[in-house]
Amino acid sequence: MTYVLAGYGITLVVLVLYAARVIVRGRTLARTVGDDDR
Amino acid sequence: MTAPPSTGPRRATGTPATTVLGAVALLALTGTVALGLALPLTREQRVYSRLIAIHPPVAWTAYLAVAVTAIASALYLWPRTRDRRWDRVAAASAEVGVVFIALMLATGSIWGRPTWGVWWTWDARLTASALMLVLYLGYLAVRRVPADIEVRARRSAVTALLAIVVVPINHMAVEWWRTLHQGRSLAELDPGSNLDGAFIAAMLLGFLAMTLVYAWLVVHRYRVEALEERLAERGLDAAIAERRAEAVMVDQ
Repeated sequence: MTYVLAGYGITLVVLVLYAARVIVRGRTLARTVGDDDR
Repeated sequence: MTAPPSTGPRRATGTPATTVLGAVALLALTGTVALGLALPLTREQRVYSRLIAIHPPVAWTAYLAVAVTAIASALYLWPRTRDRRWDRVAAASAEVGVVFIALMLATGSIWGRPTWGVWWTWDARLTASALMLVLYLGYLAVRRVPADIEVRARRSAVTALLAIVVVPINHMAVEWWRTLHQGRSLAELDPGSNLDGAFIAAMLLGFLAMTLVYAWLVVHRYRVEALEERLAERGLDAAIAERRAEAVMVDQ
């Protein structure tokens, strides 16, 4: 079961970390540019 | 005149639509994990067949991402449809695609260790997948080479159209060569396949979940790309204004 949990775990952790990186970058850029581009 | 900098938290790349999309993606992903981890044991692979709800959907999404990158790049290069938005779509999809290609390799390796006995082998499917990762990392590197936005977009689009060649080779590798890797997972969705209904359901939910996650990530990444372009243009405008001011001072 360790391999199965590792497979699911790595997928979820990587997706969450990448999503967080994109969101934070977007917020930082929007504050710098001064417009939220909507 | 520039807008004043904002204060406090703001949903920079989010809209109500992306919030709904994100919530649905999260729901589908939670369902996939719950369904996948509850799959029955199989005679051949025991507990390891539960990875079917994750690995094939991640691989499908990696293919989808690089296909979208290639289509958007072609639309950018085609004079009638040339629009910078296509370049942003290609950039966003490629970066998200690299994450999914890396996950495809990682989850495949984790599945391979207990079933094949090795983490990695230079088999045709695995080698083509590794090549795919290298090519799309190369694409992202090309995008970071300093250049005018239009020049960068053209270079990147050509690179994406060259890189896509590896995808059909990767997809068909299990048919064209003798490999350790099993046949195409999508073939298991045929009514005549031996795969149990619970496995098909988990895999289909996984396909849906990963596609929704991909779409959500691409929308946000697209908006980040647009903001980066705006920042670069502002930086250029400021530099030009500075040089003009210097020239005026010299004249005086």
